[in-house]
Amino acid sequence: MAAVAEAPRAEPSRVGQFQTFARRNPTIVAGASLLVFMALIAVTAGLIAGDPLFLNPSDRLHGPSSLHWFGTDNLGRDVFARTVFGARISLVVGIAVAILAITFGLAIGLVAGYYRRVDAPVMRLMDGLMAIPAILLAIALVSLNKASVGIVIVAISIPEIPRVVRLVRSVVLTTREQPFIEAAIGGGSRHRKIILRHILPSTIAPLIVQATYVMASAILTEAALSFLGAGVPPETPTWGNMIASSRLFLESAPWTIFFPGTCLALVVLAVNLMGDGLRDRLDPRLARRM
Amino acid sequence: MIAYIARRLLSMLPVVAIVAMFVFLLLHLAPGDPAAIIAGDNATPQNIAQIRKALGLDEPLWRQFLVWVGSLARGDLGRSMFWNDPVVTLIGQRAEPTVSLALTTLSVAVVLAISMGVTAAAKAGTALDRFVMGFAVFGFSVPVFVVGYLLIFVFAIALKWLPVQGYTPIAEGVLPWLRNLVLPSVALGLAYVALIARITRATMLDVLAEDYIRTGRAKGVAARPLLLKHALKNAAVPIVTVIGIGVALLIGGVVITETVFNIPGVGRLVVDAIARRDYPIIQGVIMVFSGIYVLVNLAVDLSYTLLDPRIRY
Repeated sequence: MAAVAEAPRAEPSRVGQFQTFARRNPTIVAGASLLVFMALIAVTAGLIAGDPLFLNPSDRLHGPSSLHWFGTDNLGRDVFARTVFGARISLVVGIAVAILAITFGLAIGLVAGYYRRVDAPVMRLMDGLMAIPAILLAIALVSLNKASVGIVIVAISIPEIPRVVRLVRSVVLTTREQPFIEAAIGGGSRHRKIILRHILPSTIAPLIVQATYVMASAILTEAALSFLGAGVPPETPTWGNMIASSRLFLESAPWTIFFPGTCLALVVLAVNLMGDGLRDRLDPRLARRM
Repeated sequence: MIAYIARRLLSMLPVVAIVAMFVFLLLHLAPGDPAAIIAGDNATPQNIAQIRKALGLDEPLWRQFLVWVGSLARGDLGRSMFWNDPVVTLIGQRAEPTVSLALTTLSVAVVLAISMGVTAAAKAGTALDRFVMGFAVFGFSVPVFVVGYLLIFVFAIALKWLPVQGYTPIAEGVLPWLRNLVLPSVALGLAYVALIARITRATMLDVLAEDYIRTGRAKGVAARPLLLKHALKNAAVPIVTVIGIGVALLIGGVVITETVFNIPGVGRLVVDAIARRDYPIIQGVIMVFSGIYVLVNLAVDLSYTLLDPRIRY
């Protein structure tokens, strides 16, 4: 750190601190701002857009205009309203899957990494789960139940868990060989305490990075499930559903596909940028390489 | 080596068995009676009882599982509830488009991604490098179906260079076959290219920092052979590993790509099966795709000895 050698200066202002942070971590700031913007739109959807379900058969497949910013779809619904409300589902699913997958993955990974006897069977189970293509597993899980947002969240979380388990386990395996763990065991700490107080903290940084990638992949999988007709019910405005129901009108009304498609790509891009930025910051070893 | 291959094949068995267990349990985890699910919505109680008996659903779960695994081992994936044909036959009939799509995508993507990654690493820090890295993040973020429709709109509808949708069997000519595969392969391959290009660049940067590269440069090895023979060869193991892991992306993507481009392949088969709740097809396709994934990654493991003579089994 060059700053250490410099003479003490006046405390930089909050704005100045933020500017320094933004200059050093442009990807985190760019990704986070885009994501906050989308989240604001999702939260205030009811205020800034009309009714996403309102049908107006006389107003079908109209191009973007001052009345309908993103045009209308084949049933005369406002594409802008549907796109804005679609942000809700995507973000809710993305965040919920990230929380679920990280929570379960962390718990399983800690146990598998720490207790040698459970390690092999648990990891074989995870290998098996990982061998099933995520989208197919999610499709199969959704197809068994009545499609709802909750089912979709669970179905997408299950294939994500093994990846988190592997990450946590690898961190635990290296951490548990450290001298301070030996010292804790020697000092008579209980396993529970060693896991929670001494091992858990070292998993947090990589998990934050992993959470962003889980979120990005969950948003993509949710859209793919909706697109394939295996996601939330088709009348719900989600970006995948919108694209699926408009695909016959690609030639005559491309806006019905490209507005939700662009939003979907932007949100995933924002999450990925944030993930890359966080990884650079939290794992300096990788910063140079990727 | 042969002993190693045999050992590895054996070690695959638990993974495949666990996949089989998941797939088997899928139908049984469903709320409600599997016989009623299979019988469909308009079934009478007699129908359901008949199906339960015929499929052995009145037996204990572990016996049903053993019977099911036994038939799996004989290559029997059951019968489609809708088509009433064996699932193996249905998959076989639709294999050509899917295999064509996957192989063209795989080969083009690997060549393209490795060239991009090597170039980016050789010119690290330049605008070209930043472009490749930007492309990689972008490729990860744009969903297959959005790229697919964009490509159709630009190259098929607006420019009319390529067909909008569909598939032509290779028996009807290589050129029409290829023309139909160009757009789907690009859409499907984008994320795969991004993944491989990224890892290629990262590994190449590590290798290029090694002493023997500096030695090579000092003794006058030309830039190209240095990059391709000395560096890339040493970077091969991680790259090939990611190519294998990334096959999962291709398999998931095939299902979506075939829907976008209306290709009558295995992906369409399973998507149509979801709408009809045709569980034997869903189970069968998952088994086949997972099996391919496991086999590809076994092949990757075995290729390590060829790529890096230091690795011996």
